[in-house]
Amino acid sequence: MKTKLDRRTLLRGTMGGAAIAVGLPMLECFLNSNGDALAATGAALPVRFGSWFQHLGFIPGMWVPEKIGAGYHHNVQLEVLDDFRDRTNIFSGLRFSLDGRPHETHTSSVQIATTGIYGGGGPSFDSSIADVIGAHSRFRSLEVSLYGNRRSLSRRSATSLNPAEPSPVALYTRIFGAEFQDPNAADFKPDPVIMARQSVLSPITDRRQDLERKVSASDRRLLDEYFTGLREMEQKLSASLEKPAPLPSCSIPGQVKEAKPGTVIDDVAVNAVVFGRLLAYAMVCDQTRVFNVDIGSQGLRHAGSTFTWHTATHEEATDQKLGYQKEVHGFIASANKIFAEFLRTLESQKEGPSTVLDRTIIVWQTDHGDARTHSLENVPLLTVGSAGGRFKTGLHIAAPADPYSRVSLTVQQAMGVPISSWGDRSNQTSKTFTEMLA
Amino acid sequence: MKRLSRPAVWVFGAAALLGIGSATAGNAPTPSDAPRGKVHRLTSTQYAGIIADLFGSNVNIGGRFEPDQRVDGLIAVGSGQVSVSSAGLEQYDSMARSIASQVLAPDVRKSVMPCVPAAATAPDDACAAKFLAKTGAALFRRALTDTELKEQVTAANRAAVKAGDFYTGLSLALSSLLVAPEFLFRIEEVEADPDVKGGFRLNASSKAQRLSFFLWNALPDKELMTAAEKGELNSTKGLAKQVDRMLASPRLEDGVRAFFDDMLRLDGMDSVVKDATIFPKFDAQIGADAREQTLRTIANVVLAPKGDYRDIFTTKKTFLTPKLASIYRVPLANDAPIGAPDKWDAYEFPANDPRAGILMQTAFLTMNSHPGRTSATLRGKALREVILCQSVPPPPANVQFTIVQDTTNPQYKTARARLTAHSQSPACAGCHKIVDPIGLALENFDGGGAFRTNENGVALDTTGELDRVKFTNGEELGKVVRDNAATTACLVQRMSAYGLGQTPAQGQAAWIDGLKEAFAKDGYNVPALMRRLATSPEFYRAVSAAEKTTSTH
Repeated sequence: MKTKLDRRTLLRGTMGGAAIAVGLPMLECFLNSNGDALAATGAALPVRFGSWFQHLGFIPGMWVPEKIGAGYHHNVQLEVLDDFRDRTNIFSGLRFSLDGRPHETHTSSVQIATTGIYGGGGPSFDSSIADVIGAHSRFRSLEVSLYGNRRSLSRRSATSLNPAEPSPVALYTRIFGAEFQDPNAADFKPDPVIMARQSVLSPITDRRQDLERKVSASDRRLLDEYFTGLREMEQKLSASLEKPAPLPSCSIPGQVKEAKPGTVIDDVAVNAVVFGRLLAYAMVCDQTRVFNVDIGSQGLRHAGSTFTWHTATHEEATDQKLGYQKEVHGFIASANKIFAEFLRTLESQKEGPSTVLDRTIIVWQTDHGDARTHSLENVPLLTVGSAGGRFKTGLHIAAPADPYSRVSLTVQQAMGVPISSWGDRSNQTSKTFTEMLA
Repeated sequence: MKRLSRPAVWVFGAAALLGIGSATAGNAPTPSDAPRGKVHRLTSTQYAGIIADLFGSNVNIGGRFEPDQRVDGLIAVGSGQVSVSSAGLEQYDSMARSIASQVLAPDVRKSVMPCVPAAATAPDDACAAKFLAKTGAALFRRALTDTELKEQVTAANRAAVKAGDFYTGLSLALSSLLVAPEFLFRIEEVEADPDVKGGFRLNASSKAQRLSFFLWNALPDKELMTAAEKGELNSTKGLAKQVDRMLASPRLEDGVRAFFDDMLRLDGMDSVVKDATIFPKFDAQIGADAREQTLRTIANVVLAPKGDYRDIFTTKKTFLTPKLASIYRVPLANDAPIGAPDKWDAYEFPANDPRAGILMQTAFLTMNSHPGRTSATLRGKALREVILCQSVPPPPANVQFTIVQDTTNPQYKTARARLTAHSQSPACAGCHKIVDPIGLALENFDGGGAFRTNENGVALDTTGELDRVKFTNGEELGKVVRDNAATTACLVQRMSAYGLGQTPAQGQAAWIDGLKEAFAKDGYNVPALMRRLATSPEFYRAVSAAEKTTSTH
């Protein structure tokens, strides 16, 4: 709980109330000497959050660095992330707990990873973060899927699932299409059609009480979620009637190519860069501050092959000379390379003296410690980026048998989510990783 | 927490007082746990169907729906447990504006406009009201209240002023109807049931909706709405009259198809991906055709006079397009002009052909396979879960797949060899024993649905047993499934849940058992079962929260 009001809180509060009307120009000359805050007010530049879900984990023994703490060296499966080592934290030893409940493989642990709860009863942690840091950007969050699927792992609640966008062209249109307002446009004229849209939507909210009276308490929740969405849509409309604050680094990307839908891993690699670029532009233009990516590991495969990454984890024989499953290792290496290229894409997007990646923290999660055996022990987790200096990086943090939720609690708190614990039963924790807090 | 306790006590006290007060006044008190209406989000199919019904099938919906969610085996149940996310509403809003502008586009609006505005550049409240009252009533499944209509007209007026165009204003008002919760959700309303003391039932218009979505998967038509308004659905005779009329309508086929599409999870065909090198024939068109083939096959069986549901597992009769025929290696001439829609022909597999029933059709076979090969486990699991309503326990945690991993073993050439390895491990055997044998019976059909007699040069062994009844191949498996009691019990269970929009409550178990017996007595005739459900007062009873079962998913 915050007890004192500092300038930063005050400004954030003001922005919360009046949204875009305050208008903060992000011109570089206004930045302080570190380039991480506005010189005049000390208000932080936006911080951002991303999640990356890569099912099927790593191969035990091939990813945990030998050294604990700072200055670690990557183990073989993470060498591809060497360029980002100083900005990465690796967590080893974390686990998921079933507390005696049945193990829906590749499902139970995904639910615990994202919501902290077996069965996935609550919001996913990205969504709680989006409620805080994404509340005033045009899109609270953007969900993308790299393999053609529309389901994302992000949810506001068990009944309100955020759909993922599998098409870069559709995402481009959604962000930079007709409704995009260029913050750097010379002239600004409120669109009369937007005003007209506002006026036709307003009667819906007036009928809310009547509607909710008719239905049961549990169904009222469904309607509440609808009305939350409606309110956000109305806020977006009013925001677009105000001249946006100029953002000198913002520009509109050139038209994108459509993704190759499907699960061939080489296509997914291409999609990752296309989506990464779009998200980077969207963030520089402050259209969103939160994104969620699902790489779709479960079904990934090579063209012409009879097996997928998932079936390979269970069926491929361990190579006796190498001591591990060769194909599975190949998939992991490819997926990690895809992640690295995605990071590089965010890094290449400049924003004043820094890059999009500098202002972001990405939490990389997975579902199993060993997919071959569906193990829930020693499940890998990575974070990349410091979110503009909020987090310390370059650490290997060993936390044997600690709940996986501990990282999501730490990140949520640092991003301003007012919670003191996360998860339930044995997946519940109120301990944060203070060593990663700046 | 402490601060909350006092008002909570006060509320409780006040409620008790009110209860006493109203009881002494002679009115039945409304208990706080009285059942309320259920909310369902329209499924993507229902949304598209309604738009086509109201505005013609030329309207391009164009947007993306929020993914439907399946609960207890059905989207119809899942739709009662999902809301609209903000990203989803944004999509609905853009679809709504696109639909509205197509409907009111200059060259087509004549067909929907009941009037012409005094001036196209200014508001015309009278004309707007005419259009919005008519369209609003259709979209909301009830007449708009005076206040609602006034609000819509005012909104259209304001929008027309701001945009300087009558039709822009009207189009925006229409789009707001299309994103309204009364359209996107089916919101059922309940009332006290005069025939049952302390009981509740759906009110007339909600009854009409439940009936119409169940039998036709569409909005109630005018006749049904009128019957509802006149209170005819509350009498046994009046209800039966409407049900029989609807069962006799060709639209019953839409309803039957929608049900089986949901029960058999055929929407999964949308996301079936096959490796292009291994299954070069398989593409999105084949996927769509395969889904349609299974639906046509089922409709042909169950809608025939005295049609017996069980025959869908053994029938030799089906329908093919030229493209689909190539998977079945059936010579079917494509004499349609290039670019013409797929032509469907009735086809009967010869008696000696290994294929029979829907389990040996491309949809079931490809959907329950991996992209590059078959999966006896997935097929067996689908048969257990989808057709027999049984649940297959998930694999245990931290299992060592040591046998499969053992590199000293020879390469497993067939699925049976691979799976035998699995089932020799005691931890795996329990479940694999109940799914694999039935899946292995279908190994004669590869991951793309084509027939084969061997895999990797080894002849396939397709023998097995289902609940102790033996079979030697897929066709015999079909017969065994046909005669398994779980098959018909499952259909009754799913169809009841589908119609109710929720898994039947514990208190409804006896009713469901009765329906199962009746289904047998009716010769497993599906429309007869639909009639029994739709004419039963239990079908419209509002179930209290206490009676409800908790969903397992």
